[in-house]
Amino acid sequence: MSGHVLTDGGYTPPSTHEVFPPPFFEQVPWLDKPFLLVCLSVVILVGFFGAAVRRPAMVPSRLQFTGELIYSFVRNGIGRDVIGSANYQRFVPFLFALFTFILVNNLYEITPLISFPPMSHIAFPMVLALIVLVVYNVVGIRQQGFVNYFKNVMFIPGVPKFVYPILSPIELLTILVVRPFTLAVRLFANMFAGHMLLLVFMTGAEYMLIEVANPALKAAGLLTGVVAIVMTFFELFVAVFQAYIFALLTALYIGGAVNEGH
Amino acid sequence: MLEGNLTPVTFGLAAIGSGIGAGLVFAAFITGIARQPEALNVLRTWAFTAFALIEALALIGLVAPFFLK
Repeated sequence: MSGHVLTDGGYTPPSTHEVFPPPFFEQVPWLDKPFLLVCLSVVILVGFFGAAVRRPAMVPSRLQFTGELIYSFVRNGIGRDVIGSANYQRFVPFLFALFTFILVNNLYEITPLISFPPMSHIAFPMVLALIVLVVYNVVGIRQQGFVNYFKNVMFIPGVPKFVYPILSPIELLTILVVRPFTLAVRLFANMFAGHMLLLVFMTGAEYMLIEVANPALKAAGLLTGVVAIVMTFFELFVAVFQAYIFALLTALYIGGAVNEGH
Repeated sequence: MLEGNLTPVTFGLAAIGSGIGAGLVFAAFITGIARQPEALNVLRTWAFTAFALIEALALIGLVAPFFLK
């Protein structure tokens, strides 16, 4: 995007370079902020849920209750409701891992001193989407057999014969390309856009409040600062919502593969 | 004199479709809850699923400039 907000050219809007922080050491290019944050998220998850289940009690402690609340939300709200009560249980660990992993990584975006969502690098959502792609296709092939699985996907019963030449390739493309692509892009775009949004409001408020003498602009800067805080809470919602959506759609795809027919 | 780039406006135009779609989904969702409050849990799952699929279109528009460049 070219052009400045103000004609004097003092303000430079944030660009896509903001999501590529330089590596800590010149010699090790892979050791940068997103990498460390993703590693840290695993430590956080193992530590938190390890502590939550270490001393299980009939009357749960606050920590155990929180852990069980998140687990039962994924198990019942995502797993059982979407996949169906017959065979959802073996997929709950996968869904739970996906949900909590994405949740912690998204919450980095609004955590003070970190404020960086690793999911704004498309590589991370892409790998998650590829895992999901493999899981639901393998589950479907195991459950229904190779030929049957693709037959059920491509030749939906109750459709007029002459539609199949158009419909079947689209359906095949959907399960092999479109689903993982949209999963990855949805998560990436939400976190990337959210990060940019916060940056625009924060840097804009800072510029108008501190570096401009014009009182009218100072008032606008104050308003921008308030909006930045409101947007931070909105991003909290987006962070949780995207983790939920990712796990929900994964459950939906697995459910479609496990339960034969449409 | 106003100077700038019109490219972002086209994304706004593209987002209209998703906006209408999301509106329809949530209108039906709210109507559903009003008629049958006990179906809330089932409705929520499907409303958000449909919303996510619709939202994907606008988001693809949002990231398209980055990988078409």
